[in-house]
Amino acid sequence: MNAPVELPAINVEEKLFQNRYRVDAGRPHIRVIDPAVCGRCDPKPCVVCCPAGCWRIEEDGAIDLVVDGCLECGTCRIVCEPKNVDWNYPRGGFGILFKFG
Amino acid sequence: MAEKFDVIVVGAGPAGNAAAYALAKAGLSVLQLERGETPGTKNVQGAILYAHALEKIVPDFREHAPLERHIVEQRMWLMDEGRAVTGMTYRDEGFSTPPHNRYTIIRARFDRWFSEQVKEAGAMVICETTVTGLLKDKNGRVTGVQTERSGGDIHADAVILADGVNSLVGQRAGLRPEIKAEHAALAVKEMLFLPKETVEARFGIGHGQGVVIEIAGRITHGMLGTGFLYTNKDSLAIGIGCMLSDMRREKLTPYQLLEGLKRHPAVKPLIEGAEMKEYSAHLIPEGGYKALPQLFGDGWMIVGDSAGFVNAVHREGSNLAMASGRLAAETLIELRAAGRPFSAANLGRYQGKLDESFVMKDLKKYATVPDFLHGHPHVLNTYPTLLNHAAREMLTVDGSDKRTKQGRIFAELKEKRSLLGLLGDAYRFWRAFK
Repeated sequence: MNAPVELPAINVEEKLFQNRYRVDAGRPHIRVIDPAVCGRCDPKPCVVCCPAGCWRIEEDGAIDLVVDGCLECGTCRIVCEPKNVDWNYPRGGFGILFKFG
Repeated sequence: MAEKFDVIVVGAGPAGNAAAYALAKAGLSVLQLERGETPGTKNVQGAILYAHALEKIVPDFREHAPLERHIVEQRMWLMDEGRAVTGMTYRDEGFSTPPHNRYTIIRARFDRWFSEQVKEAGAMVICETTVTGLLKDKNGRVTGVQTERSGGDIHADAVILADGVNSLVGQRAGLRPEIKAEHAALAVKEMLFLPKETVEARFGIGHGQGVVIEIAGRITHGMLGTGFLYTNKDSLAIGIGCMLSDMRREKLTPYQLLEGLKRHPAVKPLIEGAEMKEYSAHLIPEGGYKALPQLFGDGWMIVGDSAGFVNAVHREGSNLAMASGRLAAETLIELRAAGRPFSAANLGRYQGKLDESFVMKDLKKYATVPDFLHGHPHVLNTYPTLLNHAAREMLTVDGSDKRTKQGRIFAELKEKRSLLGLLGDAYRFWRAFK
């Protein structure tokens, strides 16, 4: 009667598709400082917490970061315990452009 | 830019706009820098606008601000994960009598409007410009800002930091520490569009009227957090937020949590058939009074989310932001009129003004709430579930006598929480919220 509710797997990219961005091609505003630190990190909270799914684990266990869909919330910087995230605002006018906010 | 300003305001959200508007109105030379394409394109809120804070800055705002609906009904829902809801409703036709107290707004539109008022008041507003650091003299006094533009150093007698929850500018200048995961809630939100008539029919409201639903309980899957559903003119804002420290531990993605809320049978029929036009995320500084940084220094003050001015208990933030922006501006206006410098000692007045206002009084009142909730997560989980079960037991007429049903309810209560635990919770709850 009260079985725990399983939350569905969600393709966040479908959500991001509705958003407006001006991508600063070739100039990502977030960078991993030392990939080796990410490789050793367990449980990689950035992957779970990022609301835009920017952080993924590749097959070999390495971290893959693609910032094009970033919502600029700051979560990955704060949840990273080894402080391995170099987080900046995008250049003025670039990045997410909220239509409603 | 060789020109020197009286004040530079970093950021064009509610706090920065309130400060820049008041300063420009008083005749000070103001430069406001915003990294978004236009003011509002980087900002996210539910969003509820509390009229009193804006009234003190722009008294006639109701005549021209883009407002969605005035709130006539507030619902507080206690939800389980995907089956039941209990709660309470407060509806008052008195809330329909102008001047209205609260409105729903859409921040991108509202912030653009507020920024127009700032420009009309005489401030120079430059968008698409990210402030990268603060300029300081050899004594550590803040003397201006650095921007990413070439030759981008700009000088001023004072800098007001209204750069939002992440406040990279304040952090990098060593004026405030990094926000902790225990003090930050991550909220995600969708904008769902429906015809105006459908919104009004589904929520039982008339033209211009709005409903606010605040949601707590197992819908956050044991994490400290809340959800919300707000009515705009022809859209609904639905969202859910949890403390980052909990989210890191529970391994549930924010968009899964939001999907759980959208699929809950109490919510699903309200949003059925709506078109999703935007998905957003934002951090909320919820550390409260104990997490506040130093608020002023030689040549600088910090306002709004960048200072952590959020009353998490009452879901208030933008009103504290606007009030703090106004008080920072008033501090500078008074000092300038008296011909006194913007030194740390003189800017201490800002702290005094905050202490006397609802901003600090409310933050102090709930100073121990964040610690209490972190230490007692079951308050937002176990009790709503028990309440839902008790309601189900009593509302299911199945031939069992009522005393037996009452016995079942108390048995579950005792199983989940000992009598001493219950009394302790009640005492600590009272201590934290009194």
